[in-house]
Amino acid sequence: MNGEKVVEPLSFEKSAPGRKGLPWPVCDVPVIQVDKQIPANLLRTEPAQLPELSEPQVVRHFTRLSHLNYSIDTNFYPLGSCTMKHNPKVNDRIVQIPDFAGLHPLRPHELSQGILEILYEVERWLSEICGMDAFTLQPSAGAQGELTGILVARAYHEHRGEKRPVVLIPDSAHGTNPASVALAGLTAVTVKSTADGQVDLDDLLQKLTKDVALVMMTIPSTLGLFEPRIQDIAKKIHDAGALLYMDGANLNALVGLVRPGDLGVDVLHVNLHKTFATPHGGGGPGAGPVGVKKALEPFLPVPRVAFENGVYRRKFDRTNTIGRVHGFQGNVGVLIRAYAYMRLQGAEGLRDISENAILAANYLKAKLTPLFPKMPAGACMHEVVVSGEGAFGPGVRTLDVAKRLLDYGYYAPTIYFPMIVPEALMIEPTENESKETLDHFVETFRTIIAESKATPDLVKTAPHTTPVRRLDEVRAARDPRLRYKP
Amino acid sequence: MFIPHTDEQKKDMLATIGVARFDDLIGALPKNLVRPKLNLPGSMSEMELVRHMEELASRDHLAQSYLGAGAYEHFVPTAVWSVALRGEFATAYTPYQAEASQGTLQSIFEFQSLICELFKMDVANASMYDGASAAAEACLVAAKHTGRNEILVPETVHPQTLRVIQTYLAHSGARVTSVPCPNGILEPTVLQKHLGPDTAALLIQNPNFFGCLESHVQELSDLIHKAGGLLIASTYPVALGLIAPPGEYGADIAVAEGQSLGLPLAYGGPYLGLFACKNELLRKMPGRVVGQTLDADGKRAFVLTLQAREQHIRREKATSNICTNQALCALAATIYLSLVGKNGFKELATLNFQKAHYAAQVLAKGAFAPVFQHPFFNEFVVRCPTSPEKIVERLAKKRVLAGLPLGAYYKDRADQLLVCVTEIKTKADMDQFGDLLAEAAR
Ligand SMILES: Cc1ncc(COP(=O)(O)O)c(C=O)c1O
Repeated sequence: MNGEKVVEPLSFEKSAPGRKGLPWPVCDVPVIQVDKQIPANLLRTEPAQLPELSEPQVVRHFTRLSHLNYSIDTNFYPLGSCTMKHNPKVNDRIVQIPDFAGLHPLRPHELSQGILEILYEVERWLSEICGMDAFTLQPSAGAQGELTGILVARAYHEHRGEKRPVVLIPDSAHGTNPASVALAGLTAVTVKSTADGQVDLDDLLQKLTKDVALVMMTIPSTLGLFEPRIQDIAKKIHDAGALLYMDGANLNALVGLVRPGDLGVDVLHVNLHKTFATPHGGGGPGAGPVGVKKALEPFLPVPRVAFENGVYRRKFDRTNTIGRVHGFQGNVGVLIRAYAYMRLQGAEGLRDISENAILAANYLKAKLTPLFPKMPAGACMHEVVVSGEGAFGPGVRTLDVAKRLLDYGYYAPTIYFPMIVPEALMIEPTENESKETLDHFVETFRTIIAESKATPDLVKTAPHTTPVRRLDEVRAARDPRLRYKP
Repeated sequence: MFIPHTDEQKKDMLATIGVARFDDLIGALPKNLVRPKLNLPGSMSEMELVRHMEELASRDHLAQSYLGAGAYEHFVPTAVWSVALRGEFATAYTPYQAEASQGTLQSIFEFQSLICELFKMDVANASMYDGASAAAEACLVAAKHTGRNEILVPETVHPQTLRVIQTYLAHSGARVTSVPCPNGILEPTVLQKHLGPDTAALLIQNPNFFGCLESHVQELSDLIHKAGGLLIASTYPVALGLIAPPGEYGADIAVAEGQSLGLPLAYGGPYLGLFACKNELLRKMPGRVVGQTLDADGKRAFVLTLQAREQHIRREKATSNICTNQALCALAATIYLSLVGKNGFKELATLNFQKAHYAAQVLAKGAFAPVFQHPFFNEFVVRCPTSPEKIVERLAKKRVLAGLPLGAYYKDRADQLLVCVTEIKTKADMDQFGDLLAEAAR
């Protein structure tokens, strides 16, 4: 361990030769000699140096590691754009039902009727909620949904004999949007925002040439704002022969309130790991289903799920499909959880969720307004985005305040995104946080701001109470140590 | 159920905001479109939901399966998900605030270390969506790194992996060339004929889609390297308890579907894309990676690093668009490998090998002869005396899955069935399977 102080040793450092965590049954078939069947040069020369631990050691190791995390189950986690809402416990039970867990993805459809019904219904319900005509459930996360949606739009234009190499993206967009455009072989062109964070319509219209395949907009925007001119913008996009793509990461503001398809959206992805309450798992898995209007349906990935004569089937015969984006059917376990969530809520429950998410964000915004000189006026949707400029003591940055929040038992909001807001804080309370929690959170902010003025160093060197203090990120990048070495 | 506000509190909150009613907050939404009537089923209580889901699940109940082909039925020790589903892991986000996410970060660091060990590669990332997208992104890295455009993909690579590669490469400038393998493995002489100045990489799958070990891996590796291309090896992690890992035969990038490491079949996902490479390719690697560093007190700590490759910094110039990955699946694999351990992992692979070879013998006795003579691990192709589709259909009626008929994937293999046997099958299971097959073939 090179004399370093250690919070929890690595599993490898607890290993001892010969220890075993999981005995396998004795082989009950006649044993043949491996090296008679497989030539020596194809065999592994030395075993992989996996740790050797007992089951209780393994359980304790990972349980102790888990205690080093903040999570929704343990802390308010107001991470903007990520919709850190409660993940229903019943879903953990449901996905572990053996007849779900044991479903092989290549089963013939006769032996997959239950699961295909679930997938079929998820497609239908998402279509209903989003006002779209069809959905594919294959993409594994938002970014893969973006890639899928862009490829579908590209195929649509090309099928009509049109070459449109450009995708317009507001400068407030998430980084995956331009990255997905590049992966789809198109060129991302940035559209400016106005001072109040909405799309600069003049700039958009000027760039909306016949080279434009798609305009990608996040609705509500990454500033937590709904674009009131959206129907008009959609019309102009359509008049130019382009399509409107909606990044649906923020759908938690809209479910049951307004349907993207009704606004003029042609293609969108939704993040089930946000709006539909599936766990983020420390970074995944998610699911990024893509919805389209009728004209784009022929280009969706295969297989598609169909219901014909009372039987569910997977369909592969789609000549214009963009192909596959997943080795099998997508993150089905996540889709089952989303299905269960929709069944628990029903239409009214889902709308209630969006309304309460909006209510909580506006409440926080109102309470935080006296603390932030740059707080924008007016209502927000499901999250509040504010610049930290002018709010904190001398030399104290948004990053420092975020770190100090950890000391008080709150995870930090998203910071420095969207990039167009200097020193940005993006706070998303979701529908789950009680008024008491929100009040206490605001009081904590007040305390930290006072600290930032009275004792700025205390804030600048935060956090102080977490398992580790501020990290040397430069060292990590300059001398990358990316694996255990004995 | 999940909303804590009382009516009284809601009123208070609206008053604090300074609006009379909720709808004043959504004035920006087009009035005529607000609150559409949604045609969705009504809500259920948790109790009703559980019953409903159990009923749906029971429709697809199965007795036994011999299906593999990229997704494998292995035993999952109870401790794996009992720990992985702890809320502190499952309900945390990507570890952006490292000081409050050391549990996730250290477990990813251990994951990367374990994958490097398994594959004998220099570095591994924090996971990709699945094995197929990992292979596709590997092809993109190879094309970028070599400045060449042709990716050679032998017919022995999983056809669905190939489809995903084609989707990802479609507009990248790179292209896939299929290399025939009539004999079930890639022959060096055949590869030789396909190598050229534009060859960016050879992608092999080992064990391959037919279950055969690619017998000439070292020659294939030497040939592609001599031609100036990279070797991408896609593998099956559990097999690496016995067979040579990609790093031992010189792979530049190793990828795999990691589902076999403690993840349920779950109809295709969430699975686990594994991606590892040589040090030289580190800065071109897609996805997140965790590194070791020190905190302000000199304590060892872990942090997301080398983010200058990633979309949130580099936007359209990023090495990939991936953001959310399969972190919880990577955690499950980490727990699984820690529990199985060094000797247990070799034993597991040996069990798979022994059982599959026994099953192959049983089947051969019942007129289902092996198609290939190459060494194999736990999967093999047999020739069926009657249509494989018919056989699968007949056994399905008994809730047994006989395997994967290859005709849908390879026209010239319409009489062949791909069969997989893992550690979970007993001798009695396989003897019975032999009888069922023989009966179905009659
Ligand atoms: C606005 C926005 N777009 C896209 C994404 C990407 O989604 P994912 O992480 O699921 O790939 C995110 C979330 O990270 C987001 O917040």
